Amino acid sequence: MILTPKARRKNWGLAALFLFPSLFIFGVFTFYPFFENFRLAMFQTPPYPGLPSKYIGFSQYASILSSSEFMQSLLSTLFFVLLVVPTGLLLGLALAVAAHKALRGMAIFRVIFSSTVVTSVAVGALIFGTLMNPIVGFLPWLGINPNPPLLQSPTWALPSIAAMAIWQFLGLSFIVMLAGLQSLPDDVLEASRVDGAGAWTTFWRVTVPMLSPTIFFGLVVGTIYAFQTFGQIDILIGSQNASQLHVNVLLYYIYQSIQGTNPDPGQAAVLSIVLFVIILIFTLLQLRFVERRVHYAGK
Amino acid sequence: MPASSAPPQLASPAPKVTHHLLNYRLRLIARYLILTLGSLIVIIPIYLAIVNSLLVPSQLAHQPPPFFPTNPQWHTYPDAWSSGHLGVYIRNSLIQTIIIVSLQIVTSVLAAFAFAFLEFPFKRTLFVIFLSTLMIPFEVTVTQNLSTISSLGWMNTFQGLTVPFLATGFGVFLLRQAFLSLPPELREAALLDGYGNVRFLTRVVLPLSRPVIAALAVFSFLGSWNQYLWPLLVSGNDNKIRTVQIGLKQLAATQLDQINVSLAGTVIAFLPLIILLIIFQKQLVRSLTAGSVK
Repeated sequence: MILTPKARRKNWGLAALFLFPSLFIFGVFTFYPFFENFRLAMFQTPPYPGLPSKYIGFSQYASILSSSEFMQSLLSTLFFVLLVVPTGLLLGLALAVAAHKALRGMAIFRVIFSSTVVTSVAVGALIFGTLMNPIVGFLPWLGINPNPPLLQSPTWALPSIAAMAIWQFLGLSFIVMLAGLQSLPDDVLEASRVDGAGAWTTFWRVTVPMLSPTIFFGLVVGTIYAFQTFGQIDILIGSQNASQLHVNVLLYYIYQSIQGTNPDPGQAAVLSIVLFVIILIFTLLQLRFVERRVHYAGK
Repeated sequence: MPASSAPPQLASPAPKVTHHLLNYRLRLIARYLILTLGSLIVIIPIYLAIVNSLLVPSQLAHQPPPFFPTNPQWHTYPDAWSSGHLGVYIRNSLIQTIIIVSLQIVTSVLAAFAFAFLEFPFKRTLFVIFLSTLMIPFEVTVTQNLSTISSLGWMNTFQGLTVPFLATGFGVFLLRQAFLSLPPELREAALLDGYGNVRFLTRVVLPLSRPVIAALAVFSFLGSWNQYLWPLLVSGNDNKIRTVQIGLKQLAATQLDQINVSLAGTVIAFLPLIILLIIFQKQLVRSLTAGSVK
């Protein structure tokens, strides 16, 4: 297609006009605050409001990253991610494999398994908060009646929140896995079956390797989802108890740094950078690891 | 000869067939067992929430717990709606969601059109910049955004609630892919017909891209309706713009004798989305799996 120089220039103007709204929003609400974190991270918040903040450079990173409160928060976050993501993906995969074949009643099962994807964190928190409530009779009826109750115990609070998060992540995990299964060419699976491979062997040797891009996608999405967990903790635990019950995950720690009586933007900035870097590292690691797997399977 | 050799040939496959059939039956049973078990895991919490929302408060702590509301207290639903202010909160959530969804579609369509059909300098660089927004989770920018909104005087306003979300890198990416997959002949035919870019966009591209735009709409509806952290920060202690999710937090902070009402509120907040899921399942799946399979 040949455009005259005039038409080209007209194109530039239109492109600028079309890109401007998105670029403006990204500039003000994504890039500016993102880079501002790096500046704020250098300034110590004054002990009393009204005083000017003091430039202390990288020593603020050192003091926050070496604090025991940060280590606790980081460990809780990583533990939480480890509890939620593999379990959620495995369950999603198992259900997707079971619901993959076009059999009677499958449409209903698919809606049921997808349904938790539309639950909000608040809805999930209220449903599970009641289930885990020690006075409401469900858990005692099952013979689970720990003292202190689940959501007030330093040992069990985090796994309980994780159980809730797995339940909520199941819908997304199922949808992603099912879409992945359905995109696989049937003839390869058929061929391996004709070769005499059993269902179990076919699944691990053929289906899973071919599904690895989907599993990788699920890992990245799940990890980001787990790092963003906030609402359940805010509703069911609350800021007074979060660190005492070891559920003070990074995002909640950030929230506590900007809310409350003594907001600390410097600390919040450092923690935001840490959260960003960790999510980035996880994403890149998973990308590398899975690329190697895909390559290996392709040989 | 054939008569004598036939029986053994027939006889030997027979047990194999029944063996296969048995195997198939067993596998089918195992499959439905897994399906049922999975369904129970998903449904039981929801079912119990509905049952508990209809109980008399004294029944809540009963042993064994009631698995069916023998004396359903339907009034908990209007109670949650009016005394829990859920009606107001749902209206606020709707306003917030409609603003975000419609404007996200506008900004994404425009940017995606530019990337798919227009020629301009630094196109690749700009596209990488757009994609890089996907690497920055909103949570990472929340601190600064709060002070931006606050210095604009937008705390407790719908502007504050919605403006940071009016552009989406994901939406631009999704729509650009869809626009690029339209047959290139369309573009040439439109040019020959004397269509300008704007007419090409509104008369050709938009009508043909309805399914993917619907997918984006469902995705962004779900995202904004279920937002929690940002509405919590922006709406503060004022209930003028408080959304359903934050309203639920308040319902949760009530006494035991109110659990039935707070669960009624939960069901009210949850049901519309289940209906949405059933109607728009295809669109939702399409947007959620964009990027997972090629």
